[in-house]
Formats: sequence, structure tokens, C-alpha cells
Amino acid sequence: MAEYQNIFTRVQVRSPAEPGVSLGPGNIFRVGGMRFSYWAGKLGDAQIGPIYLGATGVLSLIFGFIAIEIIGLNMWASVNWDPVEFVRQLPWLALEPPPPEYGLSIPPLHDGGWWLMAGFFLTASILLWWLRTYFRARALGMGTHMAWAFAAAIWLYLVLGFIRPLLMGSWSEAVPFGIFPHLDWTAAFSIRYGNLFYNPFHMLSIAFLYGSTLLFAMHGATVLAVSRYGGDREIDQITDRGTASERAALFWRWTMGFNATMESIHRWAWWFAVLTVITGGIGILLTGTVVDNWYLWAVKHGVAPGYPDLNAIPVQDPLAPGVTQ
Amino acid sequence: MSIFDRAIRQRLILLIMVTVVLAACERPPMDTVQRGYRGLGMEAVVNPRGLAGKVEANIPPEPLPPVPKDGPKASEIYQNLQILGDLSIAEFTRLMAAITTWVAPQEQGCAYCHDQANFADDSLYTKRVARVMLAMTQRANEDWQVHVGETGVTCYTCHRGQPIPEAVWAKDPGPAHAKGLAPSGQNIASPAAAYASLPYDALTPFLDQASDIRVISTSALPQGSRKSIKQTEWTYSLMMHFSDSLGVNCTHCHNSRSFFAWDQSPEARTKAWHAIRLVREMNNVFIDATADILPDNRKGPLGDPLKVNCKTCHQGAYRPLYGANMLKDYPSLARLSGAAKSAKTGSGGIAP
Repeated sequence: MAEYQNIFTRVQVRSPAEPGVSLGPGNIFRVGGMRFSYWAGKLGDAQIGPIYLGATGVLSLIFGFIAIEIIGLNMWASVNWDPVEFVRQLPWLALEPPPPEYGLSIPPLHDGGWWLMAGFFLTASILLWWLRTYFRARALGMGTHMAWAFAAAIWLYLVLGFIRPLLMGSWSEAVPFGIFPHLDWTAAFSIRYGNLFYNPFHMLSIAFLYGSTLLFAMHGATVLAVSRYGGDREIDQITDRGTASERAALFWRWTMGFNATMESIHRWAWWFAVLTVITGGIGILLTGTVVDNWYLWAVKHGVAPGYPDLNAIPVQDPLAPGVTQ
Repeated sequence: MSIFDRAIRQRLILLIMVTVVLAACERPPMDTVQRGYRGLGMEAVVNPRGLAGKVEANIPPEPLPPVPKDGPKASEIYQNLQILGDLSIAEFTRLMAAITTWVAPQEQGCAYCHDQANFADDSLYTKRVARVMLAMTQRANEDWQVHVGETGVTCYTCHRGQPIPEAVWAKDPGPAHAKGLAPSGQNIASPAAAYASLPYDALTPFLDQASDIRVISTSALPQGSRKSIKQTEWTYSLMMHFSDSLGVNCTHCHNSRSFFAWDQSPEARTKAWHAIRLVREMNNVFIDATADILPDNRKGPLGDPLKVNCKTCHQGAYRPLYGANMLKDYPSLARLSGAAKSAKTGSGGIAP
């Protein structure tokens, strides 16, 4: 018997294209028609489209395009419009936020103004896309779990690029748009504030992030392992528990004494993913605003352990009073 | 057949992807040497396959045979000796011969600095610069033992047989960018920042000027420090230069759990702290003093002389020449002499 398993699907289910439920009042038409893709079918559903754009979708795409355009053109300008250098240096290039001396004022376009504008359009695009996920879920009669999970990620994004810079009184505190530059920014951020690893919300965020990957692997593996007994119909099995669900539960009780259920595992995963960015955002928000050096904060509160001295006579700051240079 | 083709194609794509990803990496395994309390990651990471070549490249030349210290002084015979005049003729000649092999291009020899018809003549800029460089070397050895220790430095530490040391730097105006765009001073693939996207001219504020390197807050809660993340990136870039120049990672000087805490740092950090001041003095007092006499090809794109940084001496080794002591064979370089002795600063009393 053919098995229907994703990654990689051995059998592609092909039926007449599914246009979706009829749309009620307040919705516009769907676009793009319907077609099938063999390669999309390898990874997921082979049917592509139709897509619902709507006002929020169209505006989001336009604003997103403007943001990417501003960022890309600024990067290109920074290599003097040289197309070869643009491609070669792309991972290094960036659109930087304004220098610190501008504070929260509006800088000239060429000195950080473009960054503000790109940030505005990108944020508008993301928020419009959020509305889209909310209203499309509503239109389908679904819950809005997706929209709220997305909102959690937007929270972290806004803290990094908008809320924290506002509290610090300087746009320059925000993240540059660029591949390596935003990574170097992250490292510099941690160094400036005395090692972010001692920030308890950073710790929580890491725990939820790694926990998310673990849960994802455990759940994915469990469902694939019992799909031969109908475990891939996991939603059915929430209420109508069959042999697949029983075997999966038994496996986890045998190996670790406890099992999630076909329903609760999805709540575990949702909360882990959502808490990753919520706690991360809190950690960033507190940095520089209420805590200036996380290592010293951790020492003060007994979080950071002490270790034996590295040298018999500890090294002294040459600039400390009383130290002979 | 088509399945076979597809399998081949997939493997080929995989192979290409793996090659691209790994091309920038050094092959494992690395040797790690524990240098602090267990579990803290205070480790030196060394590539044992690269080390043999590096050691070989850092073997100093054999010292010239020793010569008598007695006999008439060089200053009694030669004219226009502003420094080194207290050496015996034999010692003086030996040092000049050594410097020729350390610095001068082989095809030119003495003529690189000296007018062959009149060795006392100062018309060649190279001779006047050499005098400043000798004073700089003597000053480093006599007054900067906090950094150079007993090992000291000689001309060879930097020059390695070349008229211009391999690693020198000048102020970097950055790459060409479109008019009307304020340069950010970073975000370009630059060897000066060890190919990070960090500021590419971090040596100017820290090794030429004396900008504040310290950015990390020294209090748990905010107490008014306005050091920005951008400023941190400048310091970070300087640290990348240190790491790259010495072939070490952060933990050579820092305990990475707390980069700022001195009491948890290895002693090397104090050495480096003094090195920053030493290099600044070399650049401000000695190198800059030669600015007016250097030809354009010995200057950077902004017209400043080619300067000293960590890599000029270290050249990828945590101790230049892996600690080989050349100075003991050329003790005249270990102390200020002649006109250089009379003034501790300025260009060591030497007018180029």
C-alpha cells in the first residue's frame, strides 16, 4: 500500500484543483488561478494558488518592495553603483541607522534618513501582513493563533528597531539592515552591555528556542513514526484516539514516563515558539534601559558563579588609582 | 537511466554546496590548550598543520660574528654620526652590515641609504628615516620594557629583509561611494577588520589618535554611560586587528565571560594595554616626524606616512619571531644613544 508521508512524499495526491470555500461579503476575488507543481508536491501540497491578496496584501507587498528597494539602492550606492562590487560585497553591505549625534531627531536622508524611511515602510508592510493573517483566518472561520504567534515575532522586531531606540533616545541604537552587519551589531550589543548571556530573559529565550527545535523534532518524528497506523491524521486522533495515538503515547511513557497528547503537543510547540520571541524582546528592552552590564547584574544577584583566580596576583587595570603603569 | 542521472545530479549539487560552505574553513582537528580554570573556555586554539610553516617563517637570521668592543669609537672616525657614535668601529660596521641585510633591498645594499661617494651625506631620505627608526627602536627597548620585555625589538622584527615591513597601515578613506551618501566607515569586506563588516579604519582613532577604547559599562545599572553600539563596533574592530595580528583568539587577553574585568584577565592584557601606548608613541613621535621627507609612495592615500600596528612586529605570532631574542646580539639597539639620548620624546632628539 502506498504511504502518504511528507519529506519526502512518496505519493502525490492529485485531485481536481480545490478553489477553496466561497467568499462572503467584504472579501475580494482570489488571483493567480490554480496549477500543480511536482516539486512543490515533494515538500507539501502540489497545488499552487489561488492566492488572496486583498487591500492589506497588496499594500503590504508594495510597502515591502519599497523598503527592500531603499535598502538595496543604499547598499548599491555605498559601492559607488558598481554592479560587480554590489554582488561581491553584498553580505557585508548595509543601510545603517543614523549616527548617535542625531538622537531621535529626523536626520538628513543621506545620513540615516533612508534608514528611518526603510524602517517605516518595512514596519508598515509587516503590520499590514499581520492584519492579513488575522483577517484571512477570520474569513475561514479559523482561530487566530497564527496571527498572535506572528505578533510575538513582531514584538521582538519592534523592540529592536523602534521601542528600545525610543527609550534610549537615539535611533543609532537600532539594528542596521544588512547580512553580516546585523550579526556584528548583535555581538557588539552583547559586548557593550557586559555579556547578554547573563540576561535572564536571554536565557529564557534560548531555552524556548532550543526547546522549540526539540519539540518540533520529537513531534515530527512521532507522527511520522506512527503514520503507518494513521498517525498522520493527528487532528482526528485528538478526539478519536486510535492505535497510532496509543502507540505514540506508549512510546513516550516508556521512554520518559510522560507523554503529551495529540492536542497538547501543538500547544507546547506554539507556546515555546511564541515565548522565544516574547522573552527575547523583554531581554532586549531591559538592556541599556534598566540594566547596563548584565555580567555585573548577575554577580550582584548571585547568578554568575565565582571561579578561582586566573593568576596568583590578579591583573590590575593600569588606569585604576594606585596602580603603577 | 533518468533516475541514475538524477542521483548523480543531486550528489553533484550536494558536493558543490559542501565545498562552497567549507572552502573558507580550516580543516579540523584543532589543538586546544587550556589556559584557565576548567569549563571557562579559556583556551588557545591552534591549527597544528599551519603551525610548522609559521614557526619556519619566524626563524630569525643567524647573528653576524661578534667583533671587538675596543678600539677607536665610530664617532672619532666617521662624520655626521648623530647616533651610535659610541660604538667601536668594528661594532658600528657590523651593525650597519646587519641593517643592510635586514632592511635594504639586495640589489642596492648600502646604496639604499647612503650616497656611495660620501657615506656621511644626508641627502637620501632613507638615511634620515633610518636614523629616526634607530632612535625609535632604541626608545622601545629602553623605555618600553613593559611591552617588549628583555626580548626587545630590532629592525628585523618588523622589516624581515624588506625596506617596508609587510604589515603597515595608513588612514583609510574607504572605498568609493556615491556622492551624497554619508560613509558609515564600515560594512565593506576589509582585511583591516579581519573581514568582519566592522569599521575598516579603526586603527586611526586608537593607534594614531588616543580615542577611548573602553565601551563596556562598569556598573550593573545605568549610571549615565552613553557609549553607543556603534562606538562598540570601533573597539570591536580594533580587537579583531589584535586577534588577527597575533594569531590568537579573544581569550589570549580576556576572560570572555566578562571582557572588561581586569581581575579575571590573563596577564597578556596588560602587555597589550602598554602596546597600544607604545604603538601610538611610535606613530605620533617617530613615524609622523618623517612625514615631510617621505616620498609619496611611502605614504597612504591621504598623504600620511605608513604607520606601525600590532601586525607590523607580530606578523601573526603571539610573540614576534616566537620570542627569539635577537637584541642580545645587537646590544647597541637596546639603549638610546647620541642625540637620541638627549631628548626622551620629540623624535628622540633626532631631526630627520
